[in-house]
Amino acid sequence: MPGLEVKLHKLTLKNPVLTASGTFGYGEEFDDFIDVNALGGIIVKATTSKHREGNPYPRMAETPMGMLNAVGLQNKGVDYFVKNIYPKLLKYNNCVIANVSDSTVEGYVEVAEKMNRLDHIQAIELNISCPNVKEGGMAFGTSCPSASAVTRAVREVYDKTLIVKLSPNVTSIVDIALAVEEAGADAVSLINTLLGMAINAETRRPVLSTVTGGLSGPAIKPVALRMVWQVSKVVKIPVIGIGGISSATDAIEFLLAGASAIQVGTANFTDPRTTVKIIAGIEDYLRRHSIAEVKELTGGLLL
Amino acid sequence: MKKYILDLKVLSNRALNQNHHLLELGSDEPLPVMVPGQFAEVRVDGSPSTYLRRPFSIHRVDRGANTMHLLIKTVGEGTRHLAELKKNESLNILLPLGNGFTLARNSEVLLVGGGCGVAPLYFLAEQLFRQGNKVSILIGGRSAGDILLAGEYRAFGNVYIATEDGTLGEKGMVTAHSVLKKEVASFKKIYCCGPDGMMRAVAHIAAANKIDCEVSLENTMACGIGACLCCVVETNQGNQCVCTEGPVFDPLTLKNWSAAVETGCSLDQ
Repeated sequence: MPGLEVKLHKLTLKNPVLTASGTFGYGEEFDDFIDVNALGGIIVKATTSKHREGNPYPRMAETPMGMLNAVGLQNKGVDYFVKNIYPKLLKYNNCVIANVSDSTVEGYVEVAEKMNRLDHIQAIELNISCPNVKEGGMAFGTSCPSASAVTRAVREVYDKTLIVKLSPNVTSIVDIALAVEEAGADAVSLINTLLGMAINAETRRPVLSTVTGGLSGPAIKPVALRMVWQVSKVVKIPVIGIGGISSATDAIEFLLAGASAIQVGTANFTDPRTTVKIIAGIEDYLRRHSIAEVKELTGGLLL
Repeated sequence: MKKYILDLKVLSNRALNQNHHLLELGSDEPLPVMVPGQFAEVRVDGSPSTYLRRPFSIHRVDRGANTMHLLIKTVGEGTRHLAELKKNESLNILLPLGNGFTLARNSEVLLVGGGCGVAPLYFLAEQLFRQGNKVSILIGGRSAGDILLAGEYRAFGNVYIATEDGTLGEKGMVTAHSVLKKEVASFKKIYCCGPDGMMRAVAHIAAANKIDCEVSLENTMACGIGACLCCVVETNQGNQCVCTEGPVFDPLTLKNWSAAVETGCSLDQ
């Protein structure tokens, strides 16, 4: 049987399949459909320092092979997370990762400090790439100095594995990746959603309440694959691939491009069993190609 | 209530009028337990422009025959594909989703449906009838051809009809029907599903007469299981997901709705 285990800094994942934050709730939403513990890990919905109501409805527009969302980090804040959500995550024995966002550096630091004290949260993913909030989010992830500053500040208070999730809405994602690596990130995950827009021609109005939103789904896969390839060539830390992954073949493409693990996002909405199907499909691929360990695939692109 | 992902078989697909179809689905395994007001998320195969699943109310469940029905209104390419499904084709479906209506017992209830908003009302009328309620059903539409399945509701109680052009039942908007005027006080509960403006108007009438009311909302959804947070409605407790905290709500708990009810402003928007 081929080995599926991968390492991300200090973390050992039983397989390279994770869930993308904001597409998998807190895991329990999927308990009826799959054994969540079968996944390499879960990255739960973003947590901010304070309660956030998110953006007004409508927050979603379907697009060719994908969707735009403008949820805007709706969550009840870190204190609520610690008290009410964290206890429910203890039933998962795989890797549980919190996604951390905010509108100020102090806010990020506060959430990271509180997450650091939770034994069962083995890593955080710093979300400096949400396109749907007016302040913070993507604003931090689109310049090297601000990406570096927030990563450095969080690094000072966070001892465990620190993943930084990068925005594709930049001139050079490679430069941002190098900046956060230098500032102390243990891994980078990419890409977050691409800034997009939808218009209803009949009403002449934008579909989303926020006018613009984040594009996800298979439509963005080629862009994501290209960015993972570019970033993994220059950083020394592990890269986690995200962007339209819906099948084992998609996942393997990201591994070949240089990713050590992958996240399944929007595909969780169209088929809640996507993640477990991908794990089975990766195993099948390894067997067909007589590859002993999945980690041998990382960066295995033949040029 | 446990949710399932199933491949159901199309047993029949009946056109009700130009743009409404009734899909009958079956399975070799017993269908899951479902309650009126819950819905299903249907995957549309073979339609490249339909990426996400489509939510539909559970229209009818026949336990004895182990079948269920969905009422499909054709609005775009995805629903057109569903309208063209043939017998024995397979449909991938997530269900049962959402909370469902609160069933009254031994009471007097009114169901109000407009357009394809009648979709969840058949299952509801049947269950309410079985719970010993005196059931009345008010259905509205633009014209006689838009009034769907009115005959089938008669098994469960009185059926009232309103059409805007007067071709069937009372002439005018469903919300102006006489049953919502002088007779309304006799009802202990009103259930409503239809266009937003219609539901707000019915909620207003219910509130003005101090009658319990439940409305079934239909917001744009991605996941249907509370993961994406796209389908939210503003409630007195903040944004809630229509797919999991709803689709059925007491309109008094809906933020902009109760404001409208309190001030009595124009509701037919």
